[in-house]
Amino acid sequence: MKLAAPVESKSLDAPICPSFGRTPYYALFDTETGNHEFLDNSAAASQGGAGIKAAQMLVDHGVEAIITCRCGDNAAQVLNAAKVAMYKAQDGTVTDNIEKLKNGGLSHLSEIHPGLHNHGGVKE
Amino acid sequence: MKIAVLSGKGGTGKTFVSVNLACAADKAVYVDCDVEEPNGHLFLKPEITEKQSVAVTVPEADMSKCTGCRKCVDFCKYNALALLRDRLMIFYEVCHSCGGCILFCPEKALSKKQREIGTIETGVSDNVTVLTGCLNTGEVSGVPIIKELMEKLPEKDTVVIDCPPGSSCIVMESIREADYCILVAEPTLFGAHNLGMVYELVKLFNKPFGVVLNKCLPGENPSEKFCRGNKINILAEIPYDENLGRLNSKGLVSVRESGQYHELFRNLLYKVAKEALQ
Amino acid sequence: MKQLLILSGKGGTGKTTVASAFITMSKGRAFADCDVDAPNLHLVMSQLSEPAKTDYYGFGKAVIDQEKCTRCGLCEENCSFGAIKDFSIGEFECEGCGVCLEICPVQAITMLDHISGDMMLYKNDERVFSTAQLKMGSGASGKLVTAVKQQLIQEASDSDLAIIDGSPGIGCPVIASINGVDFVLIVAEPTISGMHDMKRIIETSKHFGVPCAVCINKFDVNADTANEIESYCNGLLVSVVGRIPYDETVVKAVNNCQSIASYPESPAGKAIGLIWERILNDLVSVKNREGENL
Repeated sequence: MKLAAPVESKSLDAPICPSFGRTPYYALFDTETGNHEFLDNSAAASQGGAGIKAAQMLVDHGVEAIITCRCGDNAAQVLNAAKVAMYKAQDGTVTDNIEKLKNGGLSHLSEIHPGLHNHGGVKE
Repeated sequence: MKIAVLSGKGGTGKTFVSVNLACAADKAVYVDCDVEEPNGHLFLKPEITEKQSVAVTVPEADMSKCTGCRKCVDFCKYNALALLRDRLMIFYEVCHSCGGCILFCPEKALSKKQREIGTIETGVSDNVTVLTGCLNTGEVSGVPIIKELMEKLPEKDTVVIDCPPGSSCIVMESIREADYCILVAEPTLFGAHNLGMVYELVKLFNKPFGVVLNKCLPGENPSEKFCRGNKINILAEIPYDENLGRLNSKGLVSVRESGQYHELFRNLLYKVAKEALQ
Repeated sequence: MKQLLILSGKGGTGKTTVASAFITMSKGRAFADCDVDAPNLHLVMSQLSEPAKTDYYGFGKAVIDQEKCTRCGLCEENCSFGAIKDFSIGEFECEGCGVCLEICPVQAITMLDHISGDMMLYKNDERVFSTAQLKMGSGASGKLVTAVKQQLIQEASDSDLAIIDGSPGIGCPVIASINGVDFVLIVAEPTISGMHDMKRIIETSKHFGVPCAVCINKFDVNADTANEIESYCNGLLVSVVGRIPYDETVVKAVNNCQSIASYPESPAGKAIGLIWERILNDLVSVKNREGENL
């Protein structure tokens, strides 16, 4: 299964980034092959609708499940429509969370927050 | 004559001045452009004669024509579109209605659809025709409603435009048609600071303007100081008055309850008319 | 870090008066002003040095290169915002959609980065204050509000409590303010419009599942409506944590660039002091929401 998790730095030992749509990177992990890669999140620089763009990108990469602290309404709609499962992240690194997911220790994300209707951004 | 009433800050008395100015005239049109939180109608209690929907154009997809080229998704600066295998998802609340996706789809798979974002209610309150713009909760921008309101302004009558607070784009839209602007300021440092912002705005738009100092208290008035320092015309100074506060808090129109205030606002109207003609 | 947000719905009810008092009384080390259209908090916070400023970029603005332009008029015809007149693009009307760029047959139009505001950070050993100012004519300040909060959380990560002076209104900037906070204090004024707007804010807080309480400012302007507010709140199980009388000392304090907490014996000062005690207790008992920090 192809998993994705928002992450603040390009390392599986990094904690999961609290923001879904505006995380700097996504860690992509294939549970069957054990391979992983990091995606730059171009949506982070978006003026608005970051969650939508991020979700689209992950769907395009064939992601089947995400592990995240939170997820906005719009992104959730895209993920649900694409049948991508959403799991609630727990404390710990990406690796920790993947292990927990494999052992059935992560629950589904039930709290979807309303969109932030944001416009504009801070240039890095 | 079209008079716009604005202030940098909320709560200074825009609605108080607008409503009373409109009611003091023999006949006037009051336009509530504070579409997020219109309050004028709470005082004027108009009898509604018409309610109109204000809509914006959004795209609608005919998936039978879609080849999945992604031109629409890639074009949209607002990320309002997401393409899945069998459908195009459209996120209306981030769509800015630019029409780009519809225009550039090579297969003409997208067409225009109207979507309501708010309403305009027309009503009558004695001598005042009341136009109230109201933005539906959660919508992005009230600008289309303001544009529609501006289309409905009569050519000849006295029109008082109650603007939203601040100096953002929606305020700019509200003053576009104005012949004269009244800036309302309260006697605090905050008031003066925010007066400065709308002062820049009316100058930018080359609108003739004057200031009404509201809720004045004895002692130094930073807003008055600002006006004197910038040689800004002070049209009226309305003292803080407990009775006025009470009338206001009950949703009553002061010029309709008090001869003193009726006279004050008649004078203000006369002054503004004179200034606007120069 | 627990986040306390002060909101009011309508402007001018006393958000900044209350927020600034709380910050002074708590010797606040972390606070923010989310009223990015018309920030006022910095005017009453003393000992502020020059802030560190960051440009805030909104949507881009399109610009026509007059030398390349062939005056075909396609751009003006297709601009949904009426921003193009006489082959010139209005800075305030342009929403950065890019249609004109795409449709121009000679690529005479480019999109320029547009600074639509300034983020400001006042930081020293004692306190972190995050605020911003949107430039005139800009639209949609929601993201800037989020950026102000993000800046605060990042720079004051070791603080226990952040006090946030919220945006007026009920729209996107308010939603952006509420997202992620632990407690909302609504400052209501006893007027028809004040009550109307307070109701909408309570609705918004509940929609977000954030506990809220109400305090009534200038309550003696209309004691009847103040009582109505109290009944309404009781009906919804929203606590009314105090009433503040109309007090000219507030104006005096503001005009001296101070918070009312500098006049603790004044009627308003006393009332706000009591409300602060009450809020502190309420905050302690609020369970921290998970995975909050943006």
